[in-house]
Amino acid sequence: MSDRREPGKDQVQPPPVFLERQSYRRRRLMDAARLLPLLGAALFAVPLLWPTGGENPIRMSAAITYVFSVWAVLILVSVGFGVAARRGQPSDPQDPERDA
Amino acid sequence: MTSLNVLVAVCLCYVVLLFGVAFAADRLASVGRSTWLRSPLVYTLSLSIYCTAWTFYGAVGYAARSGLEFVTIYLGPTLVMIGWWWGLRKLVRVGRSQRVTSIADLISSRYGKSNTLAVCVTILAVIGVTPYIALQLQSITLSFSIFAETDPSGSYVEGSSAFWVAAGLAVFAILFGTRNLDANERHHGVVTAVAIEAVVKLIALLAVGVFVVWGIAGGVFDTLQRIDASEIGIWQVDHGRWATITFLAAAAFVCLPRMFQVMVVENDDERHLRTAAWAFPLYLMLMSLFVVPIAVVGLEILPRGSNPDLFVLTVPLAQGQEMLAMLSFLGGFSSATSMVIVAAMALSTMVSNHIVMPIWLNAKGGGASVSGDVRSVVLYARRISIAAVLALGYFYYRLSGGGAALASIGLIAFAGIAQILPALVGGLFWRGATRTGALVGLTVGFVLWLFTLLLPGMGAGVLAPSVIEEGLWGLSWLRPQALFGIEGLDPMVHSVMWSLSLNTAAFCIASLLSFPSPLERLQGAQFVNVFDHSAGPRGWSGSVAQSEDLMIMSQRIMGAREAQEFFQAEAKAQGSRAHFPEPTPAFLERLERELSGSVGAATAHAMIGQIVGGSSVSVEDLLAVADESAQLMEYSSQLEAKSAELSRTAHKLRDANEKLTQISLQKDAFLSQISHELRTPMTSIRAFSEILRDTDGLAVAEKTRYAAIIHDEAMRLTRLLNDLLDLSVLENGQVSLNVTEGMLVDVIDRASSTALTGTANPLKLRRNRAAERIAIRTDLDRLTQVFINLIANAQKYCEAHEPTLSISVHDVGGQVVVDLVDNGKGIPLHSQKMVFEKFARVSAEKAGGAGLGLAICREIMQRLGGNVTYLPGQEGGAFRVSLPLGLEIAAQ
Repeated sequence: MSDRREPGKDQVQPPPVFLERQSYRRRRLMDAARLLPLLGAALFAVPLLWPTGGENPIRMSAAITYVFSVWAVLILVSVGFGVAARRGQPSDPQDPERDA
Repeated sequence: MTSLNVLVAVCLCYVVLLFGVAFAADRLASVGRSTWLRSPLVYTLSLSIYCTAWTFYGAVGYAARSGLEFVTIYLGPTLVMIGWWWGLRKLVRVGRSQRVTSIADLISSRYGKSNTLAVCVTILAVIGVTPYIALQLQSITLSFSIFAETDPSGSYVEGSSAFWVAAGLAVFAILFGTRNLDANERHHGVVTAVAIEAVVKLIALLAVGVFVVWGIAGGVFDTLQRIDASEIGIWQVDHGRWATITFLAAAAFVCLPRMFQVMVVENDDERHLRTAAWAFPLYLMLMSLFVVPIAVVGLEILPRGSNPDLFVLTVPLAQGQEMLAMLSFLGGFSSATSMVIVAAMALSTMVSNHIVMPIWLNAKGGGASVSGDVRSVVLYARRISIAAVLALGYFYYRLSGGGAALASIGLIAFAGIAQILPALVGGLFWRGATRTGALVGLTVGFVLWLFTLLLPGMGAGVLAPSVIEEGLWGLSWLRPQALFGIEGLDPMVHSVMWSLSLNTAAFCIASLLSFPSPLERLQGAQFVNVFDHSAGPRGWSGSVAQSEDLMIMSQRIMGAREAQEFFQAEAKAQGSRAHFPEPTPAFLERLERELSGSVGAATAHAMIGQIVGGSSVSVEDLLAVADESAQLMEYSSQLEAKSAELSRTAHKLRDANEKLTQISLQKDAFLSQISHELRTPMTSIRAFSEILRDTDGLAVAEKTRYAAIIHDEAMRLTRLLNDLLDLSVLENGQVSLNVTEGMLVDVIDRASSTALTGTANPLKLRRNRAAERIAIRTDLDRLTQVFINLIANAQKYCEAHEPTLSISVHDVGGQVVVDLVDNGKGIPLHSQKMVFEKFARVSAEKAGGAGLGLAICREIMQRLGGNVTYLPGQEGGAFRVSLPLGLEIAAQ
């Protein structure tokens, strides 16, 4: 099923082994975009490692600062990806075919 | 003090504004000037219906009770949006390419357009979302009551306000949510109104937050100090709940019907997701930024025991900031109304498409061929569904009494809706997921959620305390909050863990064990590999479909004008000038998608199936494909047989041609021969007649001699011509036979005496006269002629020293067979075929006759019902004459 391609498009040829530098960069950018939520989940899970109770508890202001900082960083990086992807190519590079 | 009347007036103004905005947006969209309506910004803002009144008011209360845990509600969606590349992009693409109308439609469409699944998801959604709607009504009523407390007139009645709010929301949803039938079309009016409400609630919350931080607490630094000094100043969180609620919020963000509605169904452009990926998390962050400060300040300045859920309202009121309180009230009102409108719309689409329409079509009996306008039925079904959903919410609110039990329903609803997640994710990423798996998984998850979370959460009245304490039927491992003996967990974590893990396990196992239908497999391939082939495999085979019937049906669903336009556009695309396009599979598929936008995939599929006759891909179709190839193979074997026959015929033709060539050569040879034969007697006749004419004084004896020669030669000519005539008569079948009875021995006697008289060296005949005494009934003269010919031939051609001809007679299978075998050289193999042809001569030097004798013989024998053939393999030349026995018995 996966090799069902519309004839007359350049995807008919097998993809090249090496990509030109620009598309290589774009793909790695996409990899990074995919990894971002995993990083976010890991960072948001960090507070679970903090000690609760005890003699030296974490103050709420610190927790708030941490959570919102991580949040802001995630948003900023996401904006960066959005801008980079838009500048990289007008259409989605991963789109093999636009639907009709 | 703001009087209640002012508040109501403001509310009404705000609602009128929303109606106006929605109306204007619809107008703009209908004249095609709606570019900004389709912007990513509006899309992002419409996603904000995730933040309901529960989050607007409740988040502060949540923070006041359990610290920072409230933030998990927002962290889940943030991660989902940032990770849009993983799943949301695919979900939106599938939703657009399949013209999905709701989450139930998506699930049903993925699993072979099964309506059973759609009904299950719809029921789950209704059960999960109705309390949520009740919660919104409660929040609006509560906020009214805050103002009512300060209102001197005191004319506020709690129940009636909830009723009027519900009624107003129903009117709004019906007006703008069911304007057009195609549920897959964008509801620009609703979306724009929701976007404006999103801005209002964000501004309201930010305004209260700014007032609290800079107006009351005195700056950021002071606020942080106050936070640390407050009751919730120490980081303290239940680890299990932190992770579980984050996950649950993420799951609900995708699965909630209202979220699906704005995220997938109302999506105009896939690329909007790219903007929303960062803009929506930003919105969520801003929404939660001031939650903790407001909670801390509220705890500090308000008397103990005041409801922390309403701090957003009560803090400004306590500080005398009535305008701010009013704005905050509008924010909460916005959150509640936008959620209720979209949720009611989404639920009504599901209910009308998957429950009302199938029942109605069934009740009508005629299915797709019912008379009347189906359109109005669908629209009414949807409108009534909206009213019913809101009525359900209202009654739930009244029955539950609006207490704390209702407040906890938000997360419980999340957990219920999240049961769809395994079927959804499995359907999008795993081609092996089957309908059975989805059904089993959903059922298991639903039952567990009901038993472990919803029923215990609804208070003691629903589930007996003994069940909670001792388990179902007294079995301790069936305690709803300590299933299988696992105790000590938070009830929420416990329920989510068990329901989702067993749901997933059941889904996977049932999928692995069951076998999907062909349609399921096709849909699975289209969903999982949506980026590879958005066009998708062709389903319908429309050879029997009647375009006219399809047109009649489509008119009822899409409306006459739209249907005609669609059909004409299709006909044009097919390059035909007719009104109706050919029912090609591609056209049928597009029509089905178009219809599914109105009535859902399952119903549209069933309706087209009724007209086209049979489902698109059935096992029978696959078998037919197999049959086709079998037929091809059969055809090719037939071709092979034919080609073999042809080559045989060609071989025969070659033989015939060769024979013809030979015959032609013989004819040429004969012509020269016969001209020679004719010329020789003619020459002598002429010569002797000239002598008779010109020479005087011839003796009488000489004259007589010459005349005798002329006579003989003329006789010879006559004989030759007679033979030719004879043959031609025989061949044309004009001969009349003189059938008489006689004995074979007499015939042979006569023939031999005729043939052998007057020859110098007559051949010796070896006969068995006893055997020859056979009575025959035939043309005896003709038969004698044959024997004369054969015996004369033997006499002429036999070169043996003492020529002998054996004549033997047998009775073979009801035929008399006479073999005439001489002791000469016989006929060479290459000439055997030719001896019976006309003008054939074995050797040129022995040219006695014209070469017609054997040909005449064969013609005669065939007329007599027998044959004469050359008998190869004898010592000399051998001929076999066979003739039917005739009346042998009668003769004896």
